[in-house]
Amino acid sequence: MAKSPEQEHPQAAFGWAARDPSGLLSPFKFSRRTTGEKDVKFKVFFCGICHSDLHSVRNEWGFSTYPLVPGHEIVGEVVEVGSKVEKFKAGDKVGVGCLVGSCGSCDSCHDQLENYCPKMILTYGAMYHDGTMTHGGYSNMMVVDEHFAIKFPQNMPLDAGAPLLCAGITVYSPMKFFGLDHPGIHLGLVGLGGLGHVAVKFAKAMGVKVTVISSSPGKREEALQRLGADAFLISSDTNQVQAAMGTMDGIIDTVSAVHPILPLIGLLKQNGKLVLVGAPDRPLELPVFPLIFGRKIVAGSCIGGIQETQEMIDFAAKHKITADIEVISIDYVNTAMDRLAKGDVKYRFVIDIGNTLKEA
Amino acid sequence: MAKSPDQEHPCKAFGWAARDKSGLLSPLCFSRRENGDEDVTIKILFCGVCHSDLHVAKNEWGFTNYPVVPGHEMVGTVMKVGSDVKKFKVGERVGVGVIVGSCKKCESCQQDLENYCPQTIFTYNSHYTDGTKTYGGYSDMIVVDERYVLRFPDNLPLEGGAPLLCAGITVYSPMKYYGMTEPGKHLGVAGLGGLGHVAVKMGKAFGLKVTVISSSPKKETEAIERLGADSFLVTSDPAKMKAALGTMDYIIDTVSAVHPLLPLLSLLKLNGKLVTVGLPDKPLELPIFPLVLGRKLVGGSDIGGMKETQEMLDFCAKHGIAADVEVIQMDYINTAMERLAKSDVRYRFVIDVASSLSQ
Repeated sequence: MAKSPEQEHPQAAFGWAARDPSGLLSPFKFSRRTTGEKDVKFKVFFCGICHSDLHSVRNEWGFSTYPLVPGHEIVGEVVEVGSKVEKFKAGDKVGVGCLVGSCGSCDSCHDQLENYCPKMILTYGAMYHDGTMTHGGYSNMMVVDEHFAIKFPQNMPLDAGAPLLCAGITVYSPMKFFGLDHPGIHLGLVGLGGLGHVAVKFAKAMGVKVTVISSSPGKREEALQRLGADAFLISSDTNQVQAAMGTMDGIIDTVSAVHPILPLIGLLKQNGKLVLVGAPDRPLELPVFPLIFGRKIVAGSCIGGIQETQEMIDFAAKHKITADIEVISIDYVNTAMDRLAKGDVKYRFVIDIGNTLKEA
Repeated sequence: MAKSPDQEHPCKAFGWAARDKSGLLSPLCFSRRENGDEDVTIKILFCGVCHSDLHVAKNEWGFTNYPVVPGHEMVGTVMKVGSDVKKFKVGERVGVGVIVGSCKKCESCQQDLENYCPQTIFTYNSHYTDGTKTYGGYSDMIVVDERYVLRFPDNLPLEGGAPLLCAGITVYSPMKYYGMTEPGKHLGVAGLGGLGHVAVKMGKAFGLKVTVISSSPKKETEAIERLGADSFLVTSDPAKMKAALGTMDYIIDTVSAVHPLLPLLSLLKLNGKLVTVGLPDKPLELPIFPLVLGRKLVGGSDIGGMKETQEMLDFCAKHGIAADVEVIQMDYINTAMERLAKSDVRYRFVIDVASSLSQ
């Protein structure tokens, strides 16, 4: 007979979980595994709220199992390390992103691309090696294999750095892989939310010219004055779009709703690349003529490997890049989810777990 | 007042044209320009029948300007060269493909990518620099700027080589650009028609493992025994498709009908590339999860530049690659078009223009 979440493992833990597709979160007692010889145990200080958390708690992708403790932008402090752990010691600041495990033996794992391992284990809602469900960062503590723990830079604020663990790597990885990361490149960024605003900052640090492509005119000043984008384009304004046709080397599209990509393909130069990092729940329409006549590509990208996540966070620390956040208490999380669903946040909620998550 | 086709230019020409969207072709007297300093006048010997000819004859893409003389896979002999022509002399065998002009000044033209020039002039159904319409290779002769004329290798058969001028370059160019040439890698070729069968031959010449992906089980023996494909996958066989999941490094999709992309994307490995060269008349459905979860891409490609087209012809000559053709007389063209619409050809019709086109 299956054990209850509280009894599954030896170390007591608590957090907030969604129990059904309403997505409403509430206090939840569960447990974490013993700190194994390669594991790092840490207390959670902050956890970013990623749009994926919202999709998952509401079962919008159709594969959620409940109860579900979301959260994969987790930052905390190490309290215990296993006997074979080399990279961490008690007191170190540590981060955990979207992955907590992979097979370790496939080509992807060997190439430091654990995010493409067919057996990758997500931080929440997935089955761990021991057959139990993983629970994420809306919780007081975690035990994680050292390989999947990120050394958190000393000079980076914990709360504003947390969202980089998913939002940051999700845009950093394709910028590097698709060569959209150096001076001379003109990059379009679709969507100015959690991912988009971090992408603007990374791009400027890389010397890239940035045009933000948005459906919200109200974000223009933000984008240009505060975030440092070079230009701002309203996607529904045909004149603006027309004027920018054929000017971009690449576009990173962070929008997860279904939306037309024909105008985006038109904005690309010849050989241009449209990279999707948001995953709409239905197929998009792909107009083939413009791809063919401009030798353009549409590609996807999914977070990044652990080594690359470390590289990304070190890059962010070097350039003093963090997310723009609204820190909230855990009690506010359901309201935050509603606001997130409406895009009403600049630009990431981060839960102050350390100070506000108290066992009921 | 606009001149009639046969009075527009000084050199009389004769061909077959479609006059309306029935697409039915019939004789047309028209004319070609005077051979200019940089021009080459070519007597057309053979012309391949490309699926694009059918699309345009029937105005399926919506921009046909009738009457239209199709044909952009022509081979012939040089009859006359202009005073500034350096590459060709009278009597030589030459080819003309999909384009007969471009601006020559833009970045694309300067990189020998005339096919991506915003002012590309197509061999038929386009307007030339003098404002007159261009007419294609279902005709007795053509006058072309030497830059857009290809040298036809001696050891390539004329009939089998003609289709390379569109079908050949259309698959060769993306194979090079997208890096689909690493020996030992696995290439899928979706669609076994004019483009697909040439892609199989080129894939084998590059040392790739080649799987043909087709909806027609009856093409299997052909594909493997005659064309040299390593394996054959029928898209409607779920067990075989499942066994092939995540096994291909790249896929060239030559299918021009609307078709689902999800099964093809699933066949690709991590970082796999699906390159589409077919031109469906409606958008395709693109599922995003497979792209994101496998860092895969869908790309397009459009024929190739002149330099690359020459490189392709020389490559084919070196490797003994020519199209498999059914040679027809000009007056069979309407029947050929009907058969082409049903994919009833192995794998390209080629019109024997010289011996069958008479006024």
